[in-house]
Order: sequence, then structure tokens, then C-alpha cells
Amino acid sequence: MAQYQNIFTRIQVRGPHHEMGVPLPAGDAKRDGEPYSEYWLGKFGDAQVGPFYLGSLGLASLICGITAFEIIGLNMWASVNWSPTQFLRQLPWLALEPPPPKYGLHIPPLREGGWWLLAGLFLTTSILLWWARMYRRAIQLGLGTHTAWAFAAAIWLYLVLGFIRPIAMGSWSEAVPFGVFPHLDWTASFSIRYGNLFYNPFHMLSIVFLYGATLLFAMHAGTILAVGRYGGEREIEQIVDRGTASERAALFWRWTMGFNASMESIHRWAWWFAILCPITGGIGILLTGTVVDNWYLWAVKHAIAPAYPPVFPPIVDPSTLPGAQP
Amino acid sequence: MRTILSTLALLGGLFAAVLALGVLTAKWERPWPLVTQLGYRGVQMQQLDNRARLNATLTLASNVAPDPLDPADAGGKPASEVYKNVKVLGTLTENQFNRTMLAITQWVAPEQGCEYCHNVENLADDGKYTKVVARRMLQMTKNINANWVTHVGMTGVTCYTCHRGNPVPKFIWFDQAAETRPQGFAGYRNGSNAPSASVGLTSLPYNPFSTLLDQQQPIRVEATRALATSAPEPGIQTTEKTYALMMSISQALGVNCTFCHNTRQFADWGQSTPQRATAWYGIRMVRDLDMHYLDPLKATWPANRLGPLGDGPKAYCATCHQGQPKPLNGAKMHKDYLELDAATLN
Repeated sequence: MAQYQNIFTRIQVRGPHHEMGVPLPAGDAKRDGEPYSEYWLGKFGDAQVGPFYLGSLGLASLICGITAFEIIGLNMWASVNWSPTQFLRQLPWLALEPPPPKYGLHIPPLREGGWWLLAGLFLTTSILLWWARMYRRAIQLGLGTHTAWAFAAAIWLYLVLGFIRPIAMGSWSEAVPFGVFPHLDWTASFSIRYGNLFYNPFHMLSIVFLYGATLLFAMHAGTILAVGRYGGEREIEQIVDRGTASERAALFWRWTMGFNASMESIHRWAWWFAILCPITGGIGILLTGTVVDNWYLWAVKHAIAPAYPPVFPPIVDPSTLPGAQP
Repeated sequence: MRTILSTLALLGGLFAAVLALGVLTAKWERPWPLVTQLGYRGVQMQQLDNRARLNATLTLASNVAPDPLDPADAGGKPASEVYKNVKVLGTLTENQFNRTMLAITQWVAPEQGCEYCHNVENLADDGKYTKVVARRMLQMTKNINANWVTHVGMTGVTCYTCHRGNPVPKFIWFDQAAETRPQGFAGYRNGSNAPSASVGLTSLPYNPFSTLLDQQQPIRVEATRALATSAPEPGIQTTEKTYALMMSISQALGVNCTFCHNTRQFADWGQSTPQRATAWYGIRMVRDLDMHYLDPLKATWPANRLGPLGDGPKAYCATCHQGQPKPLNGAKMHKDYLELDAATLN
């Protein structure tokens, strides 16, 4: 009888809590907390909880992050006149709005976007501190810094949207509001204003890497789970052995599509696809309005956008007719 | 076996949970949408309708034009000789004038009757504000039928196109404060981020009318050239206002964006439908009505008819359309009430 052991975690390996971690360099704060096991967490990942390491970077990042969260949340609450009911009912519609265009890149008063600038400052500081924490933790553990650079790719997109592009455009009003529906409406307006973002080749690339990354993740995760019965999760140590889970996985793809990534290179594929998604996306956003004003017309100019046969009698822009009102 | 069963049970549970979440949160529609192709095949220009709601809209009592009154008997003296203080319909005969008054009562004040506008002791008295407003509205109706054929075509309008038996038309707009707390140091809303039915419950600016209809600010936001020259104007926040106005049109007419536009390039007239030109004239018509007829009446309205900022009720697309691409299912009521054309414009 087939046993689908690998769709859900069925076995929790519990040993003594040895994972106190490698020794920390002198001068680092200690890891806190006595580790313990949590059954339900073990359903999703490692059952061991702790020990924790927050450190000065982590602490500073959390303080800045909470400050930004509070500024955003309290402004949303203020915008419904401090009504708790309306705050809950309208929450998805509420936002902390960037300043109106009249302030350009000047510092606006608090009540007209000043809070937005402050929230952005604290959120950005928080994110950058967290990035530094990731980078330093990786170094302290003797790891490469790939995760930190992957995070940096996401930070690039975030900074382009809220900081770099608004500065290039000369106005904070170009930036994204902090809010659930408002940031989505901003996105739709952005595409409409600049002549349809789908014709932006960097947007195309970003989508390729987004979907490509999920495809690669599905292929890789599926492969490893499928060879789990042969110990496939111990990927690296099996590379040179014959007849192992690793070799079966490689064979599977070679037979399926004539080519296989290696146990090491598949992670390079995944890493590059993942980071290229926000990197290309950020480039696309940065070029919009600064270099290209209408992506559709740009695509027509470069023979990317096709023309379709007309189905309606030709209509003209009424504002171009003689005697037309504006 | 046990594993398969428990796996199936888990998957079933998961499916049920997702389904329950969807049913509880999303706005599901039945039956399957009615899809009408509008543009060239493959470009996804299509009108989506909910059959049930479409039928309900078509048969909604307020969307069905009332049967025309019997035509006025021929002959008779001019109304201006029979009645006093007849300022805009004086050239009608007495019979035509009375028929028009009867029709207006039926259209605007069916429950309240003549006395909604008239002092029944002295019909010529201009003491009631409603009579003064009605006179101006007759001129407005004449203006629409005479000068806005580009929008109303040969269908034309009557009082009923907006009023539908209500003394105040159901869909009107007032100026709204951009902030709920104008004096506060926090909670800046920029006139948006409140679910408003007129802009389709989006977080877009909830009153695009004050600026785009009242103040005639430019509506077009898309660049007409591929590459940016200097700092491009208008910006995103201006775009959101235009977007909100377009949402209000979409809501008012019960249509998608693709009723007028090929959404791959909203700005391009060459890819738009003929309805876009009709809508373009419609926007100018509403501006004319709001600026020259409705807004100037604010001194005439009593306080209870004014909006929160002291302005009078004004019109937008929904005032006539009321959820339909053609108001009143496209009924041509005007041809049965050509007396309305007798109104003098000044």
C-alpha cells in the first residue's frame, strides 16, 4: 500500500535540546531562553523553540518597526475620528497618505503627510537594521550572506517605490500610501497613468521571475519530497553517491525533460529567480515616469504591441472637433 | 488505507475551510455571468452582466417609463393669457400647459400633488421655493434637449428621466469635506479612503465631482508620448481622482470599463467604442447643468435641501442613468412631451 508520508509531516524527531548554537563571538549578547519543544510547531517545522537572540540591531529594528506600525495605525484611527467601530469596519480602506503634490519634496506639516514621511523613515530604518542583523547573524554563524542579499533585493523594490522614485520625480506625492486597499488602488492608478505597466519590459521580466520562482520551487520541493523515502532531504551529502535519492531525483528530470539541475545548482536557480523578481520590478518602476511616460506607446514604437482590426466605425476625440469645449 | 483516508479527510476539511471562507467573505454571484463581446476577438473587451440583476434592473418599476398622457386637445388660448405669472411656458396653449402641469405632478410630486409647488389659493404665487426651482428645471430640460443632442440623441429627456416620481432625484451629490477632522494634526485622508458607493466602494477619492465636474479640472491623465520630457504632470493623486470619476460612471451605467475603453490603452480614441464619445459629451453636459442650473440655485433652496458644506444638490451620471446604460431602458419619453421644448431658455 502506498504511503503518502511526505505530503504532511507525520514524524516528529525529538531529541535532547542540543541546539544551543555555535559559540558567539566575544562582545555579543547571549542567547536567551531555555529551549523547549512545541508539538504543533513540529507539524510545520522544527519543534524546538528557542533559544533566542535579539541583540542591539534586532532590538533597535523592533523599536523602529513598532513606531512605524503605531504611526500608521493611529493615523488610520484618527482618520475615522477615533471611532473604534469605524476603525474596524473601514480598516481595509484606511491608509496613512503621502503628502499632496503641492509640497513636492519639502517637509509637509504633520497633518498633511508629515506622519507619512515619519512612518517611512522609521519603517525604512527598521528594515535596514533588520537587514544588518541578518547579515551579521550570517557572518557570526560562519555562513554566506545570500539571505541578506536576497532580502536586499526586496528592500530595493520597497525603496524605489517609496523613496528613490519619488525623489527622482520631485514629489513625495508620487509614493505609495500605507494601507490595504489604498496601495492596491495606487497600483492600478500607476499602471493607468503610465499607459499600462504590462507593456513595461521590466514588469514582464519581474513576472517571469515571479512565476518562474514558484515553478522552480514546486519542481524542487516536489522532487525532494518525492525522494524523501530514500533520505533525499540530506541532499548535499548524497551528491557523489550512486543509487541514492539524489541520483534518482536527477534521473527523473533527465528522463522527463532531458536536463537536470544539480543538487547544488537548483538552489542557485531558485535564489536568482527569487531576487531577480524584485530587482527587475524595481528597475521597471524606477523607469516609469522618469524615463518612459507611456509604456503602451513605447511598446508600439518598438513593435511590441500589436494592432487589431477595427470593429467600430472610426471615432474621433471630440475635444479635437471645431468648437469643442475642453 | 488509513493514511489515504485520513489524507482525503484532511484535504476535504481543507477544501471545506477554503469554501467556507470564500462563501463568508466574497461577494459571490449567481447565475453565471452574461458575457457580451464588444471589441475585436481576443482583446477581452466584453460587457459582464449578472442575468438576474440585469432582469431585475430592466423590470424595476422606476426604470419603466409611465404611459404617456393623452395628447392635449387642439386649440385654446395661449397659457400666458389664461394664467398669470407664466414665465417659461407662456407660448403653450391652455390645454398643452395643463397637460404639462399634470405630467410634472405625476413625474415629480405624485403624492404631494399640485401644492408641492403651488400655493393652491393663488397658483401664480412664487412663494414656494419648489415653484421657482421647477421653473429653472424646465429651462434646464429644454437646454438638454436643444443643446445636448450629442449626449441625449433623439431620445431626449423629461423631468421623469431624473425624478422617477421623487421630488428630489434619488442620485445626487453634494460637496464633501476632504477630512473628517479638519483641525486634527493626524488622520489625513486626502479626500479618499472611505468606502463610497458612488465610486464603487473603492478607496479612491470619494468625491471626484467637486473638482472634475464643478471646477472643470482636466480629466485626462495619460501621457500622449512614449518618453518622459520633464517632470511629468499630472501625478498619481490626480490620476486617482480621474479613476474615481470613471468608477462613478461605471457604477452609474452598470457597465465595465470596456463599455467605452480598450483597457490596454484607456486614452486611445482609435481603440475606443462609440459610447466613449457619448460619455465625453455627457461629462460636459453634467458640467453645464451643475454650473449653470443647479449650483446657482443654492440661494433658493431651504437649508434642509443643502449639503453638509452648504451647497445645493447637483447631478452626475447616475442622476439620470440609475444603473442603466440607457436611462429608462432607452424609452423615448421626450417625443410625447414636446410641450417641454416650448420653454424659453432665459
